[in-house]
Amino acid sequence: MDTKQFERGPDLPPPITEIGAIGWLRRNLFSSWLNSLLTVVVAYLLWLMLPPLIDWALISSDWTGTSREDCTSDGACWVFVSVRFNQFMYGFYPEAQQWRIDLIYGTLFLLMIPLFLKAFPWKTWLGGFIIFVYPFIAYGFLDGAWFGFEVIETTKWGGLSLTLILAGIGCVAALPLGILLALGRRATDMPIVKAVCVVFIEFWRGVPLITVLFMSSVMLPLFLPEGVTFDKLMRALIGITLFQSAYMAEVVRGGLQAIPKGQYEAADALGLGYWKKTALIIMPQALKIVIPGIVNTFIALIKDTTLVLIIGLFELLGMIQNALNDPNWLGFSTEGYAFTAMVFWIICFSLSRYSMHIERKLHTGHKR
Amino acid sequence: MVVPKHGVFTTRENKVYQMKKLLVSAIPALALSIAVGTAQAGETLDAVKAKGFVQCGVSTGLPGFSVADDKGNWGGLDVDVCKAVAAALFGDAGKVKFSPLTAKERFTALQSGEIDMLSRNTTWTLTRDSNLGLNFAGVNYYDGQGFMVSKKLGVKSAMELSGASVCIQAGTTTELNLADYFRANKMEYEPITYDTSDETVKGFEAGRCDVLTSDQSQLYALRIKLSDPNGAMVLPEVISKEPLGPVVRQGDDDWFNIVRWSLNAMLNAEELGVSSKNVDEMKGSSDPNIRRLLGLEGIKGEGLGLADEWAYNIVKQVGNYGEAFERNVGSGSPLKISRGLNALWNNGGIQYAPPIR
Repeated sequence: MDTKQFERGPDLPPPITEIGAIGWLRRNLFSSWLNSLLTVVVAYLLWLMLPPLIDWALISSDWTGTSREDCTSDGACWVFVSVRFNQFMYGFYPEAQQWRIDLIYGTLFLLMIPLFLKAFPWKTWLGGFIIFVYPFIAYGFLDGAWFGFEVIETTKWGGLSLTLILAGIGCVAALPLGILLALGRRATDMPIVKAVCVVFIEFWRGVPLITVLFMSSVMLPLFLPEGVTFDKLMRALIGITLFQSAYMAEVVRGGLQAIPKGQYEAADALGLGYWKKTALIIMPQALKIVIPGIVNTFIALIKDTTLVLIIGLFELLGMIQNALNDPNWLGFSTEGYAFTAMVFWIICFSLSRYSMHIERKLHTGHKR
Repeated sequence: MVVPKHGVFTTRENKVYQMKKLLVSAIPALALSIAVGTAQAGETLDAVKAKGFVQCGVSTGLPGFSVADDKGNWGGLDVDVCKAVAAALFGDAGKVKFSPLTAKERFTALQSGEIDMLSRNTTWTLTRDSNLGLNFAGVNYYDGQGFMVSKKLGVKSAMELSGASVCIQAGTTTELNLADYFRANKMEYEPITYDTSDETVKGFEAGRCDVLTSDQSQLYALRIKLSDPNGAMVLPEVISKEPLGPVVRQGDDDWFNIVRWSLNAMLNAEELGVSSKNVDEMKGSSDPNIRRLLGLEGIKGEGLGLADEWAYNIVKQVGNYGEAFERNVGSGSPLKISRGLNALWNNGGIQYAPPIR
């Protein structure tokens, strides 16, 4: 009798509807009738919008030239941006001195590289240097008076470099201030400190940034003695910092509330004093929890810096608007604003990617 | 009410007066008047001389009037007034620093001493001249609200605009003037309001309205923003008075005089046919008016406390009024604004400067 050996046949390939592009489409775009409908509608809208957009921005656009006469095609006139690009980046900073801005930002970039290296031992010191000392060196360098360079007043600073200065100083100064305010607000055994912190936070959170800026540029000069003028950029920076620190304080306080009481008690049991307990046990955990909140606040600040154009400081958007008023370049607002949007998107998107990277790196098992 | 003893307020009386005012006006107006009247005679001028440059408040960007070019140099009709003052005072039109100011900041900046003069398309009105403690040194541009229409409409005068839809940039005076004008002429209109000038132009271009109204100086700038600027025209009617001029703080008459006569010198130079190109030859002219303008005879620089060639420096370095006008807003610029009211008095306009003698 023949015995039939049953052999396991080769695996059949998965059905064509489950793999590859079709499978992906079915899983992601056509998984239910509602999703299918949405997909079709969105695809139709994209088909309506994308080709003209691409045509306008890339295909029938002009990229090279020096004046509006060089913009002969129907599409975007990027010549406007390229002619003024230097100004959009550096503002009215004299061209011969722009190496100072390059140097300051280049050095900052180089200084920050070791912070990303795991093996680098003096991260705390370097970080402290960047946050607490470097801004002053940078100011001295850009202004020039302390180092004996040609003095460039802050009214000439502008463009993207000013945007980054405003955002950078705002973030760097607001974080420590915010942490102190958050700690102060939770200091139940020090009623006066607590009251001061609460009032400060609630006041600055209760007014819009635009009011703070107006106050600093329109009202403050009237309260100062005759002849005493206070640098406009400095006034804006102080306003932004105070405003931002109030928001930061509440973000940090959220983190502090999430730390279980056991952590405080454990630190007490180890015999740590208040500052050691806070610096070594509580803060590292609290700040880690609120990274998304902190980055959120930073991103909001970066975008808020454009508000300074209402007090006549030419950050990136202000610079663009000034260029739009040049009689030789009237009518290119779409290009100008599209360029600004792109720059801001790049900055904010990279910041949000960076925050995700930090979250992953510091992930030590608290995530659920 | 404090009555001045000798017809003028001393600083102290001025302060008392200001404080009385404090009690009766609203807070913003108040805050503005605090800084008023504290400047002592000659104080601004001395400070300007001591620091060696004029700090001039200009617009953050107004085509043809004050705008920074791609090298960051400020230019425009308003900017040229600042340069003229620097040329008169220091003999160097470059000794001026510009503070770009928004409309809201401009008076505070002047009152608080942050700037020495303001040349920022500011309309001369009674309120500003009196309540704010400012002095207008003259008029460097007679502006007024006007209308722009598409040429296809075939309209030649604003009187034919009954029933038209009008695009306006939100802003109370413009809307108010428009309403007044149409009501006074018993015409109907439909207002369509936008927030920014760019939106207004886009609305006009898209055919949302038949007419676009704004100050005439703006209309020409808006016209360039159209995809076909030649398809639109500005109607001749002007329905409001907007005399724009340089402003200084009250209290320093010497400084006020220098600003006023710097502008007057530009106007007189045009009237006498002295321009930046021929000013050196004109030094050999026998016309006594020209010789007085160029500081060769007459009062020279004495009255203003300036060098004798103060007006020569203005004309040489900045040009006469006509040159400045054509270069910045007129035929030499993309704006192509016609002289209109801003032509000299003997040429169909109303620009008129007192004589230098």
